[in-house]
Amino acid sequence: MEQEALPGPVWTATDSANGRFAGFLAACRVIARNRLALVGVIIVAIWLLTALLAPYLATHDAYEISIATRLQDPSSSHWLGTDYLGRDTYSRIVYGARTAFLVAIGAVFIGAVLGIPIGAISGFAGRWVDAALMRLMDAIIAFPGRLLAIALVASLGGGLFPLYIALGVNSIPSYARIVRGAVLSQKEKEYVEAARMTGESDFSILFFQVLPNCLSPLLVRLSLDFGNAILAESSLSFLGLGLPPPTASWGLMLKEVTPFLQLQPMAAFFPGMTISLIILGFNLLGDGLRDVFDPRQYDR
Amino acid sequence: MFGRYFVQRVLQLIPVLILVSVAVFLIIRIIPGDPVLVMLGIDPEERARISEEQYESLKHQLGYDRPIYVQYINWVSRIVQGDMGLSLRSRRPIFDVIFERYPATLYLALTALLTGVLIAIPTGVIAAMRQNTSVDYAAMGFALWGIAVPNFWLALMLIVLFSLKLGWLPSIGYASPFENPWLFLQHVFLPAIVMGTDLAAPLTRYIRAEMLEQLTQDYVRTAWAKGLPARMVIVRHALKNSLIAAVTVIGLQTARLLGGSTIVETVFSWPGVGRLLIEGIYSRDYPIVQGAVLLIAVTFVFINLFVDMVYKWLDPRIKLE
Repeated sequence: MEQEALPGPVWTATDSANGRFAGFLAACRVIARNRLALVGVIIVAIWLLTALLAPYLATHDAYEISIATRLQDPSSSHWLGTDYLGRDTYSRIVYGARTAFLVAIGAVFIGAVLGIPIGAISGFAGRWVDAALMRLMDAIIAFPGRLLAIALVASLGGGLFPLYIALGVNSIPSYARIVRGAVLSQKEKEYVEAARMTGESDFSILFFQVLPNCLSPLLVRLSLDFGNAILAESSLSFLGLGLPPPTASWGLMLKEVTPFLQLQPMAAFFPGMTISLIILGFNLLGDGLRDVFDPRQYDR
Repeated sequence: MFGRYFVQRVLQLIPVLILVSVAVFLIIRIIPGDPVLVMLGIDPEERARISEEQYESLKHQLGYDRPIYVQYINWVSRIVQGDMGLSLRSRRPIFDVIFERYPATLYLALTALLTGVLIAIPTGVIAAMRQNTSVDYAAMGFALWGIAVPNFWLALMLIVLFSLKLGWLPSIGYASPFENPWLFLQHVFLPAIVMGTDLAAPLTRYIRAEMLEQLTQDYVRTAWAKGLPARMVIVRHALKNSLIAAVTVIGLQTARLLGGSTIVETVFSWPGVGRLLIEGIYSRDYPIVQGAVLLIAVTFVFINLFVDMVYKWLDPRIKLE
């Protein structure tokens, strides 16, 4: 959208499994041509590498307290300065990438692992099962996302597992709806009828026929949800409802230095920039994927 | 036609509201530990503070000795009658505490809504008019950045700049718009900008995309061909139709603002329902948490209903799925 006009639909989800690899290559080409999407891919890749290589990239122990050098400006020894306990901001941001991905992977996993079967059951079963499950999904959507997460964390307590649930539950309905839609549209198709004739179970039809056909919206969703989960985790940690100190979490870093804004605004500046950058990366990637899969559709 | 749509849409709300209330009811149940102690605000270690008889009588008083569905029904029927119980800390009725805080949330949301719309409409329209120029790229850059930036961080940075460095605005606090409008404006400015950005960023993109779409339509070409002045073509024709589509986005984002305002209210010490919720969590005042969550969720549901109605009214072609 933002760039020069994209070529027409490069590939559309075809009913057959043939040509999927060629489609994948074509998709990569479109991503590479869409400069913003490419920027997204690069940002996400850099942060993923940062998370994986954290021990090699960090210049200091991210947990080492040094009161003598607290709230320092960026310098050659502390590239991004230090926090209120004298911990190195750069090293904490590097380790914070691990926390962010750890939380996001778990949250997205819960959302997808619960949402996809719910959508599939809804689509295949139809009737009252469908109606009941979809009303349940409506109820989840009826909560503003962040509010549901706050309420869940408030009652489940802080920590990694409650965070997975609190953040994952929010995205269940979007996966369920995508898969349900795909099941409904594929169910009537001839090849699925044919598969059923040959004695394939609903389960294998789901895995081998339906899911490959809604892979594109699922991927877009996944990318956007990754960003959402990271943002939600930092919001909750900022409120003190997420991961407990001294975890290196970007949101928690911001919370901890808030009382010292006047003394050292830099200590708050960098963690926030980091969060913005990674969310931007995932959003650009998601938008780019959407352009690839459906060049006509714009925005949400 | 409209009436039937309305009735259908309202009927759809019933199961949703029931499930929402069940979820809010369960908030206290999923807290690890004994719900009787939780409701009394007593830590499990201090269980010895109350005798067994006291415990049993309190349990009976709270209705926790009955089956869970009876408890739920009793809870809901009390809420419908306007009784949500007492705050564990202040011992005041939850309804009073919450509705004391509600206006502040509402004023902030409305100011933010206005701010967001005032930013988004001109930016989106100008970006569309100047597609693929540096103006367009700047506007889209703003939108992308605005979607990605965490609102609590933007809040902190604005406080640093406008309150701590320049000293132009108060960083935290609140004044009622009816008692002291000038002070209200000073206090509301920064939080409204933060929440307004949340709203404006996606809205700008949407309006730009809609405008681009509308500007290629036949009726716009006809308007140009009739020799209408540019302002008429853009505002009266293209923008008007773009805004119809934007109503949904505005509505959904506004509803989201109410949910997201917890963080902004907390950062700016804004005495609204969102901050009440967070205070309730910090002080383990769970009835307050329940009340605040329920109120925000129900508001959210009804805003969505309202948005659908407005949209249907603006564009009668919409059908219920």
